[in-house]
Amino acid sequence: MTVGTEGTVGTGGAGGAGRPAARSVKVVRRPELTFWEKLYVPQIICGLKITTSHFFRNLFLHIAHRLGLRRYLRAGVTIQYPEELRPLMSRYRSRHRLTVREDGTPRCVGCMLCETVCPARCITIVPGEHPDPHVEKYPVRFNIDLGVCVYCGYCVEVCPEDAIRMDTGILDLSAYSREAMRLDIHELMDPKLRKPLETCSLDFPHQCALHQGSMKGSWKPLQPGTRPATG
Amino acid sequence: MLEVLIIKIVLAAIVLFAVLNLAGLHTWVERKQSALIQDRIGANRATIFGFRMLGMFHGVADVLKMFTKEDIVPRGADRSLHTLAPFFSVFFALVTFAAIPFGDRLILGDRVIDLQIANIDAALLYVFAMLSLGVYGVILAGFASRNNYAILGGLRATAQMISYEIALGIAIIGVVMVYQTMDLSELVRAQGRLLGGWLPLWGIVTQPVAFFVFLTAALAETKRLPFDLPEGESEIVGYFVEYSGMKFGMFFLADFLETIVVAALATTLFFGGWQVPYLMPDGFHFPWGAVLAVPNWLYVLLGVASFSVKGLAFCFLFMQLRWTLPRFRYDQLMGLSWKGLFPIAVANVVVTAVVLVFLGKAPR
Repeated sequence: MTVGTEGTVGTGGAGGAGRPAARSVKVVRRPELTFWEKLYVPQIICGLKITTSHFFRNLFLHIAHRLGLRRYLRAGVTIQYPEELRPLMSRYRSRHRLTVREDGTPRCVGCMLCETVCPARCITIVPGEHPDPHVEKYPVRFNIDLGVCVYCGYCVEVCPEDAIRMDTGILDLSAYSREAMRLDIHELMDPKLRKPLETCSLDFPHQCALHQGSMKGSWKPLQPGTRPATG
Repeated sequence: MLEVLIIKIVLAAIVLFAVLNLAGLHTWVERKQSALIQDRIGANRATIFGFRMLGMFHGVADVLKMFTKEDIVPRGADRSLHTLAPFFSVFFALVTFAAIPFGDRLILGDRVIDLQIANIDAALLYVFAMLSLGVYGVILAGFASRNNYAILGGLRATAQMISYEIALGIAIIGVVMVYQTMDLSELVRAQGRLLGGWLPLWGIVTQPVAFFVFLTAALAETKRLPFDLPEGESEIVGYFVEYSGMKFGMFFLADFLETIVVAALATTLFFGGWQVPYLMPDGFHFPWGAVLAVPNWLYVLLGVASFSVKGLAFCFLFMQLRWTLPRFRYDQLMGLSWKGLFPIAVANVVVTAVVLVFLGKAPR
């Protein structure tokens, strides 16, 4: 598109210098009111018909719902949030969780891929040695700072062990302090836990935030021979 | 004399009780009706001992909130007028009910009681005088607030109400010409006649054009949507910007009261007031000749019920209109009154006069 010297808009600049380029102007006509519409009263009645039909439909449905009828029809689009949750898409990225093996230890092998890929650097992992030579490592500490997390889901994408997922459906993430936004391994492994945590629920050795970060737990009750084999 | 006084006080108490409660309920109806129209649920969170009562307690909570809020009078405002203005609004809306008959004569023993607080023979004039005085509350609020926006809002309100009062008054003249009385009780009684033996001669039958003009103008008088330019709580600054707490609440109350006044007036003037079709003081006289006798107390009760149902239907209609129509622009508002309703109302009076002369019903 070039603007010609005559001030007209030409196409491709192929028009001769002497004659103005052909212009295509789309004229949008405002719809004129018909006489019937100008009377105004019939149109008001049409409007009233719409609002009144909504009113009586919803009134009827509310009464029917009270009597336990027609539950499959909604009488309003309102979702009453704390009691009623909006259905989430199956791939919606909500709060993280660490998946758990059958014996109650994390599936995570401490490969640090998620910590490396995280663009917000909200994941902190301290790996430790796992007694099972097939597993090699496991997280002694696994923290996610939700105040920093951008919910990009890269950690889930990158994990080779399907050890971290964002499928808890937890949306009500709010806290009064930055400290309370930090999740440690207890909460990540059990999404039902909420702060403040009282008792440590994990058996395997980990840096327990509930005990000022000292090592707690042992592999004793989870000896390799007694555990089901892990791939 | 004392007996008359007691009867009048009881009547006034009944009317005030009904009207004020209805006005309070209007806040609930406004919320719930709009919610139903817009496919929502509406306010339902206020509870007393776990009972929600469909959200009815929100009105109570609102009133408690209004009463406990700080009452602010702007610096430099006229203190007394600023305080007086909301009282004016509510007062004139309330006294209007005094002249509206809500039932026929009740016979108790040897005493005949008119179900009307004040039996004024020029009740129509009284009602419209009081409705017009309502504008004082509005203009005083704007004037006493010492706020340019408030006084502009007040001026808008005054211009609107005075413009629509003219159309309103002229629309009523048609009704007065047909029934030839200013007394509202007599006017209602006159609407009990039957046309051709089957059609009740209500105002809507004799004066349909006047009814539409009256309805539009009366809606504008109540300062509610689509004519809420004086207030426009959400967008334009209205005359009550400088009001807080219950004084602000009283302006709202006055609005709801005016809605009820207008509903009652529309019922009285155009829908036969307390008339039930085919119900005469001694019983039903159906057009096919059947007669069903009714005792006096039931007759009066049916009349009061009829009046209430019609009035509530009008309240519903006004609320429905309020949630259907968008607000007028100011020039459209004035144009509708002066170029639309006013000529129609005058033409209606002329046509009515000509028809009455030809029918030979004109007074000599």
